[in-house]
Amino acid sequence: MSISEQTNTQTLTDDAQGMSYLNRLPRRIVVLYLPLAVFIIVLLFPFYWMAITAVKPNSQLTDYNNYSPFWVVGPTLDHIKYLLFETSYPGWLWNTLVVSVCATVLSLAASVFAAYAIERIRFKGSRSVGLLIFLAYLVPPSILFIPLAVIVFKFGIYDSKLALIFTYPTFLIPFCTWLLMGYFRSIPFELEESALVDGASRWQILVRVILPLAVPGLISAGIFAFTLSWNEFIYALTFIQSSENKTVPVGVLTELVRGDVFEWGSLMAGALFGSLPVVILYSFFVDYYVSSMTGAVKE
Amino acid sequence: MTATTKPPSALVALTRNNTFLGFMFLLPAAVFLLCFLTYPLGLGVWLGFTDAKIGRDGVFIGLDNYKALASDSVFWMAVYNTVLYTFIASVLKFGLGLWLALILNENLPFKSFFRAIILLPWVVPTVLSALAFWWIYDAQFSILSWSLIKLGLIDTPINFLGDPNNARASVIAANVWRGIPFVAISLLAGLQTIPQSLHEAASLDGATGWQRFRFITLPMLTPIIAVVMTFSVLFTFTDFQLIYVLTKGGPVNATHLMATLSFQRGIPGGQLGEGAAIAVAMIPFLLASILFSFFGLQRRKWQQGGQD
Repeated sequence: MSISEQTNTQTLTDDAQGMSYLNRLPRRIVVLYLPLAVFIIVLLFPFYWMAITAVKPNSQLTDYNNYSPFWVVGPTLDHIKYLLFETSYPGWLWNTLVVSVCATVLSLAASVFAAYAIERIRFKGSRSVGLLIFLAYLVPPSILFIPLAVIVFKFGIYDSKLALIFTYPTFLIPFCTWLLMGYFRSIPFELEESALVDGASRWQILVRVILPLAVPGLISAGIFAFTLSWNEFIYALTFIQSSENKTVPVGVLTELVRGDVFEWGSLMAGALFGSLPVVILYSFFVDYYVSSMTGAVKE
Repeated sequence: MTATTKPPSALVALTRNNTFLGFMFLLPAAVFLLCFLTYPLGLGVWLGFTDAKIGRDGVFIGLDNYKALASDSVFWMAVYNTVLYTFIASVLKFGLGLWLALILNENLPFKSFFRAIILLPWVVPTVLSALAFWWIYDAQFSILSWSLIKLGLIDTPINFLGDPNNARASVIAANVWRGIPFVAISLLAGLQTIPQSLHEAASLDGATGWQRFRFITLPMLTPIIAVVMTFSVLFTFTDFQLIYVLTKGGPVNATHLMATLSFQRGIPGGQLGEGAAIAVAMIPFLLASILFSFFGLQRRKWQQGGQD
């Protein structure tokens, strides 16, 4: 492992410019900028469409002949007002927030201990426990939700936020543990050894030495876990019945979509507002997010 | 030190025992995973052998659920759809994702900005972006149909979600849209660890751009490709949300995946046993992709000169 890390740092500090300066501008436009523009337009168009639909007056929504569909004349806040004041939407937002924060905090706490134990206490069988954690990460929710529904029901937490707070860690803990193991591995052993020599207990080492050094890892894992729980759908759909306990994705889909007449404006406003919190969080912590995503793959 | 030092008490001795300490530290995570992951996994397998319904514990009925599924054309349609969906979507995600990663690996202005906005489809909740696709795929007011008509390419609006093959293509397109950022950004991270000097040396030796890609980039990237694609296949194979939002398995069960069929039979249909059996039938495929990932990882360590 140390050898590969060395080569990695070497290649990262390799300040060679690359050879792209050899390509002349017309070629760069055709080979790079044009495809990139197409990619970006395609990847972002649904968001644009979502946003523009959310502020379009109903009269323009389907009248493509008199108004250009790509633009809006006289934007309206009616859909958003309807969403915020005449539906349970604010309640769903609050539920999603509570569930995501609780599940994330719970998973982070459990994962810190687990990752530290696997990576640094090195008890007998710690390597196989690490492998098991990785395998647990690969168990998808879509094969677990039926038996979990039975279990949740037996525990008497069916149709409550607790059902989600307790089941989300099933996919969060393996992920966070795996990520934090990688971070703990990069903290030098010597720091721990000198703390041990100074008489620190394992607990003190974890709290005073390891955790402060692993803050970037904690942020990465936390952000990613929060996003995963915010986006979770199948458990929330299965375990929650009553409108006041629904999360945003489930609420928007099951309560704002009714009958054959879709209120596209408020539906898109709901989608937009449900996405905003994670997008804002993401925009502040892009690098942490990317490092946790690629870290989970690379480790 | 004198001999009067007291021997450590039993408690202190225990806290110095690594096995005990490790066990205590692992306890919270282990309790969660055993209760809500391992136990349900076992329960799911058991439920597959019972005729459990919602509100009623089932009795053991052996392989009856699986026998019923084997002669169920809807189930086989779901298997066919799942394999097709996974295969086509993964190939497209890989091809387009690698292409985007190669573009982003060049010297571009505002590179980190592009990288940040490209990940948006992956960050936003799938259900919510799927709703946007639902509106884009609307039978009457689809913006795609409208644009194509204006361009003179088609005469009547495309029935995106109403025709089985169109519906399959539409959900695959939405899945690819959501999956490209993950593949691209992960592969980009891999590309950035390939030293530029290799490319320079190769081009001094007269290698063309294609040869440099084929004999430097691709081999150096293979280990990461293996892992990224395993994850991608895993997520695609077990996908639920997109289908549930866009088609709910329709028209006439033509776009059911195994996950959505399992949900439909198990939860609204109430046949927990049958739903669980469908979910269990997904496991062999998952094992296949996990093994694939495992050997991919092994090979990577060996390539980098690490041990084990």
